[in-house]
Amino acid sequence: MKVHIDSGRCQGHGRCYDLAPGLFGDDDEGYGQVLGDGVVPPGQERAARLAVANCPERSIDLSEET
Amino acid sequence: MTVDDRFGPDFREPGEDPFPVTRSEIITGPVADWATDFSHLEPEWSADPYPIQDDLRQRCPIAHTGRFGGGWLPTRYADVAAIAYDTERFSSRAIIMSNVRPPRELAPAGGSPPISSDPPFHHHARKLLLPAFTRSAVSRQEPATRAFCHALLDAVQGQDVVDAARDYAQHIPVRVIANMLGFPPEDGPQFREFVADLLEGINLPEEERIERVNRLFDYLVAQVDEHLDRPRDDLTSYLLNADLGGRKLDPDHVVGTMALLLIAGIDTTWSAIGASLWHLAGAPADRARLAAEPGLLPVAMEELLRAYAPVTMARLVTGDLNWRGVDMKADDWILLSFPAANRDPAQFDRAGEVVIDREVNRHAAFGLGIHRCLGSHLARMELRVALEVWLDRIPVFSLADPDAVTWAAGQIRGPRTLPLQIRG
Repeated sequence: MKVHIDSGRCQGHGRCYDLAPGLFGDDDEGYGQVLGDGVVPPGQERAARLAVANCPERSIDLSEET
Repeated sequence: MTVDDRFGPDFREPGEDPFPVTRSEIITGPVADWATDFSHLEPEWSADPYPIQDDLRQRCPIAHTGRFGGGWLPTRYADVAAIAYDTERFSSRAIIMSNVRPPRELAPAGGSPPISSDPPFHHHARKLLLPAFTRSAVSRQEPATRAFCHALLDAVQGQDVVDAARDYAQHIPVRVIANMLGFPPEDGPQFREFVADLLEGINLPEEERIERVNRLFDYLVAQVDEHLDRPRDDLTSYLLNADLGGRKLDPDHVVGTMALLLIAGIDTTWSAIGASLWHLAGAPADRARLAAEPGLLPVAMEELLRAYAPVTMARLVTGDLNWRGVDMKADDWILLSFPAANRDPAQFDRAGEVVIDREVNRHAAFGLGIHRCLGSHLARMELRVALEVWLDRIPVFSLADPDAVTWAAGQIRGPRTLPLQIRG
């Protein structure tokens, strides 16, 4: 499972880095950034899904590739 | 050293206005039919707008009014989102629906960048401010905010009834933004007057509105002068030194942005804190659960922001168009109700209820698209700290007199009188 942020849609609401701090961080302007390669480690799948489901701009994708 | 002469005697000198504003007739009084004559300034709306919005969403999802020179009120989430994203057909040149439309020549900057700005200017004006409002930047205000919340509750210790809007919620954002802008904290009461003048005095006679707006700008120019004499590490000095496209900001831009930062953070956060306490005072099960499970607060806060979103914005239609079945005219207002969007059953299960542990909550309380509330991280910090401190010190409270609760009229809605029984 892998997360990806569409930076063209992200507006820096920050829900992803609040809900899944192990997967997302913020840049100097508050926009969301995927930490590392975006591969979701075991045990963080639920946090990843919550981040996707709470993004007001629908800017996060979750792909099932590993 | 070069003298900064941007704010010299020529600045704001009254003269021939090259781009006159458009004025429309002031119409007040009871609304006959909300679908054809809506007004967010009437008492029925401020007392409880949700049944009105729910009814409109069913029978007339893009309502119209002839007041304010003509405007539209979409109540479906999908319509509110589409307008928020469409910055070409819906301009932010004015974001407070009133009887005065600023001249088109004011775009794309608008009077208070970046909230009043359209692309491409908007991007640059916003970029200047974003670093000061990231989650980590605003976390520097958290210890002082927490101490201030405690001090406010210390001051009401021993009372059986506390007005949580007047004596608690309203003071918190005022103090925080005064710190950030570098304004004297004792000027707080004046800021609340400025806010009321701008956001609630919409239907006052024009001369009076102008006089009130001038009072705010006189205050801001005095702060500018004081910061030019004595620069320091705050947002005012930052704006005075900021560089946009290789030169310093126009003086109107500096003062307009200062006005925005001062006004936008006060009523809004005050409303969010007050509405949250109002809900909890009237919902003992939610209150008891939050008091017992402080870890639930971040989730509960989002639900309270969804259900009682304080902020409605406005837009101006840029040209005649048929939009989703209605004929909009150039310069018609759009009342962009994030509160109505947040209660659309097509977007949220149990949309009309507060589900205190709602985990999936894609609400629009801070707007959508390029104008996402710049201060959202600051507002969330203030709301969280205000509720944490209150619930920790006053876990048991209720509405002392539900009929005595009053709500602000206009585009920012929250309790302005909120007597809570905290003992006995």
